[in-house]
Amino acid sequence: MAGFALQLAHLLGGAMLVLSFVLLYQRRLSALITVYALQAWALGLAAAALGVAQGAPHLLLVGFVAVAAKGVAIPLMLRVIVRRLAIRRAIETALGVGPSMILGVALVALSILVVMPVTLQAVPLAREDLATALSVVMLGLVMMISRRSAISQVIGFMALENGLILAAIAVPGMPLIVELSVAFLVMLAFIVAGIFVFHIRARFDSIDVGVLDRVGGVLR
Amino acid sequence: MTGLLAAPAVLVVLVPFAAAATLGVLPGMRLAAWVNLAASGLVFLLACLLPFSPGDAGLLLRVDPLAATMAILAAFIGFTAAWVSIGCIAAEQAAGRLDPPRVRLYHALFQTYLGAVLLALLADNLGVMWVAIEAATVAAVLVVGLSRTHAAIEAAWKFFILCGVGIALALFGTILLTLAAGSVLGPGFAAMSWTGLARAAPHLPGPLLNLAFVFVLFGYGTKAGLVPLHVWLPDSHAEGPTPFSAVLGALAPIVALVALLRLRAVLSANVAAGGGAMAPGGALMALGLLSVLLGTISLWRRGDVKRFFAFSSIEQSGVIAFAFGLGGRMAVFAGLLQLILHALAKAAVFQCVGRAAQLKGGQRFTDIGGLIAGHPALGWLLAGAIAAVAGLPPFGLFVSEFLILGEAVLRVPWLALLLGAGLILGALGLILRLQSLCFGPPTKDCGPAPGGPALAAPAVHLVLVLLLGLALPMALGGWLYGIAGTFR
Repeated sequence: MAGFALQLAHLLGGAMLVLSFVLLYQRRLSALITVYALQAWALGLAAAALGVAQGAPHLLLVGFVAVAAKGVAIPLMLRVIVRRLAIRRAIETALGVGPSMILGVALVALSILVVMPVTLQAVPLAREDLATALSVVMLGLVMMISRRSAISQVIGFMALENGLILAAIAVPGMPLIVELSVAFLVMLAFIVAGIFVFHIRARFDSIDVGVLDRVGGVLR
Repeated sequence: MTGLLAAPAVLVVLVPFAAAATLGVLPGMRLAAWVNLAASGLVFLLACLLPFSPGDAGLLLRVDPLAATMAILAAFIGFTAAWVSIGCIAAEQAAGRLDPPRVRLYHALFQTYLGAVLLALLADNLGVMWVAIEAATVAAVLVVGLSRTHAAIEAAWKFFILCGVGIALALFGTILLTLAAGSVLGPGFAAMSWTGLARAAPHLPGPLLNLAFVFVLFGYGTKAGLVPLHVWLPDSHAEGPTPFSAVLGALAPIVALVALLRLRAVLSANVAAGGGAMAPGGALMALGLLSVLLGTISLWRRGDVKRFFAFSSIEQSGVIAFAFGLGGRMAVFAGLLQLILHALAKAAVFQCVGRAAQLKGGQRFTDIGGLIAGHPALGWLLAGAIAAVAGLPPFGLFVSEFLILGEAVLRVPWLALLLGAGLILGALGLILRLQSLCFGPPTKDCGPAPGGPALAAPAVHLVLVLLLGLALPMALGGWLYGIAGTFR
């Protein structure tokens, strides 16, 4: 049972990585939110599976919080924002899909090359999860760079945080209080971001962050 | 429980958060400003008790000399900023730039930010420290965006995205550190404490420490405003309400650089024991030097006064990071001194600039000029504060910069050349602007002039910087030198 749960946790970690790639090439906003929600579900289930495998019941709670906050609440709020602001459905990208996919693959390779050799002494399967987690973090970064809409930057940021939580649960013995307060802060940060998306829309009549460069000239 | 509440460290952290909750619901604006001041004053007094109760304080807090010193400094700057913000916020409100709900939000967030910074300084647990720094960032983002102008929203968004990414990287580094420490100290809280890390440093797996250090360096480096991660800093300093710019500009580098100093000591101990980690100094010095040079170059051709001083903060963060990277007892001592003095001097600059901007109705160099002619007290204070930041002789920063440069000349002569050039150019840029701001032809006033009480805070800061430069008390010098010995 424990062996199966561990394998399942790894499978779900891998699924998170695949979903990160989907986030990179997905152009429609509603699909983007769905994929993000799926990634959060994968994270929550991975935490639960790891909890079973390691006999660590607190991971079940971490998984539940991940699903409730990031798999249900945040996607719902994102959809409300999209509807309230009547945002156009297709998203402009600053970097094309092709280049960002190539960049993504390169970063995943880099993550594996960086993490695997230095964690030789760690718990064997924690290494792979850490490499996956760093890849998810990196892909979140690429998404934040390559998208021009404030909403998709926020989604990239949230996907990046998913990767961080995956890393936190991969390390055995991470205290629950740390994981929970991180989850709480992510939620808080999301609300703040949501408020600012509304303000950006109200001030600039667009959520394309390109408009934010208007005042950032050299001479200021 | 009562024993827990008697520990000053716990109270220092709890009082600001309790005050924030109170200020969030308090109706009277005038009263709120005074409650803000009273809470900050209480926190400062409690922080002064910290050095007398070293050791574990409960709730994952721990007081060591470094944490105590920096907490006192942070609480002091918070206190004077609360003093200045009484008049400053009232003037903003009178000018119609802030409405009552936002003033209430400002006071609540001010205390939240102060509490989060103190928690980050006093936390022994790496995870708690990270959470506190992230909470401080979120609070600061909200304050920066408070005026809801185009520029403020742009600044807040940049701040949120860039610092969000930065501290996300720091969390990954923290997780790697926990993994490294867990292999020696066992899982759980023990593997996440600074004391545990410091004790186990020689036995930790070096390569993993290296990787963790890179992530934490770039993560908290963002918060300290080190180049190339500084992009958020000028905007957010320029757009926030000025008393808050003083707090943000002084406290953000303190928290971030102290965390980097602690981690650097862990890596150095590992290197000394042959644990396989890389020497952490090089990376810190490189980022530091880059910040000095870019910050200095950016001082030229600025139009906005607050952005100008934000770039000077980047330069100073660079100097401190360079000193910490250089290592050795004297360099770390000089770096700590520089950190303290710069925080005091820069807070004084922002406090003066804030009142000058209200007086002249704008914060561009074309708006503010010739302050001494019309308002001698404000003008001379600003001139003194800028001279202090520039590191001119009677002030303390001259001493600390001289010490850092001296150490650099002895150990890394070629880099010392670059650092020296950066410092001199930076001082030159500051002095040129000092002349137009304070001595040039006066521009016309279109706002309220600051009264005596508002200028008391920068005056106290300036006197402190001056005294510490002329005669550093033996006790304080020895205290700092002792800290430097622990973290060299």
